[in-house]
Amino acid sequence: MGRFTNESSIITPYKRHDAQGQPPMPYTPYQSTLKRSPSQPLIYLPHTLSEITGPVYGHGEIGETDNDLTRQHKEQPQGERIIVTGHVLDSNSRPVPNTLVEIWQANAAGRYVHIKDQHPAPLDPNFTGAGRTITDENGAYRFITIKPGAYPWFNHYNAWRPAHIHFSIFGRAFLSRLVTQMYFPGDPLFAHDPIYQSIPDEKARERMIAKFDMETTQPQWALGYKFDVVIRGPEATPFET
Amino acid sequence: MQTTPSQTVGPFFSFGLTTEKCSVRSIVGPEAKGEPVVLTCRVLDGDGVGIPDAMVEIWQADAEGIYNHPDDPQQKNCDPACTGFGRMGTNEEGICEFETVKPGSVPGPNGVDQAPHLNVAVFARGMLKQLYTRIYFAGDLANPTDPALTLVPAERRGTLMAKPDSTHPGHWNLDLRLQGEQETVFFDV
Repeated sequence: MGRFTNESSIITPYKRHDAQGQPPMPYTPYQSTLKRSPSQPLIYLPHTLSEITGPVYGHGEIGETDNDLTRQHKEQPQGERIIVTGHVLDSNSRPVPNTLVEIWQANAAGRYVHIKDQHPAPLDPNFTGAGRTITDENGAYRFITIKPGAYPWFNHYNAWRPAHIHFSIFGRAFLSRLVTQMYFPGDPLFAHDPIYQSIPDEKARERMIAKFDMETTQPQWALGYKFDVVIRGPEATPFET
Repeated sequence: MQTTPSQTVGPFFSFGLTTEKCSVRSIVGPEAKGEPVVLTCRVLDGDGVGIPDAMVEIWQADAEGIYNHPDDPQQKNCDPACTGFGRMGTNEEGICEFETVKPGSVPGPNGVDQAPHLNVAVFARGMLKQLYTRIYFAGDLANPTDPALTLVPAERRGTLMAKPDSTHPGHWNLDLRLQGEQETVFFDV
């Protein structure tokens, strides 16, 4: 039983994260991190087949309105209709095709459909706020949704999250998995938000902000935002010289 | 290019990531080859309290140790009933459950085989990025020479061992303790 013996186990490792571009654990200003972060250092693991492979999704698993959050109910949802589009790329600037992109968000009033969100803002019977799609052969994805509202939370007195859309992306490897949040340009809440501010490098933080894009904007219909997501890629590729 | 920073999944991901449609309890189909395993994971915080808003994702090889992925040179021999992927949200007690088969040995560095293991990513509110760990099977003869386990101080290896449930054959249990006493070993991948 088992794989062929004497098999070559040469693999191409993936690039490691730059610590300044990723959040630390714990991050004291975000209080919930205090009891949910390891106290022991992580153990450095050289990459094996286990890390550089990962789940592969098929197109069959995506429904017709899964990437249009404004068409999942009888009527149109309340709020400002937007188009959010971009590419999933790896750190070698190569597109990541056929990968699952999932999003979830609050409605225009800043309320999530989740049972535990009980702040006094209205639910919208025509908006759930969840979508999924698969990137095309060029790594491109596209969602139609409404702009989420800012959202109050209990982290500190008068705490508000800047408007954001949660993104979940797989990529080619289990270690390229990324969950992040997309923000909107010019939000005055950035300076007050410990989740946004948890990223040490300011330039890295700004990579989470979508760009307003006139070309994506459609007349009489919807504003357009571009948001490219960069996930970890292999250390070296046969295409590099 | 620099990567996009990670941000927490937050408290409300369940309607996006772990709905009935998006959860994956069965990592393999019913016709998969291998030893059936029902795995119960409990995710606990630094106070030992179950985390009700966590998500556990699992990636594993089939019973022969082959990943259903194009970068596995033996993918064409992979058991088609094994997608290898599971994803569950935790319940109010911090518990989630998967159905799978015990994976085979996967090639490791320097020609040393890796012991059967599941690759695990844990997400939760209060975690700004996912944590990676592995789940091994207590008592497996390949554990003592596993290249990842041997990087772990001997006294902490037990935190990575699923233990068989003596009252339910085929059932295995593991606690994922994010912090504190018996803290699970997490890997920098």
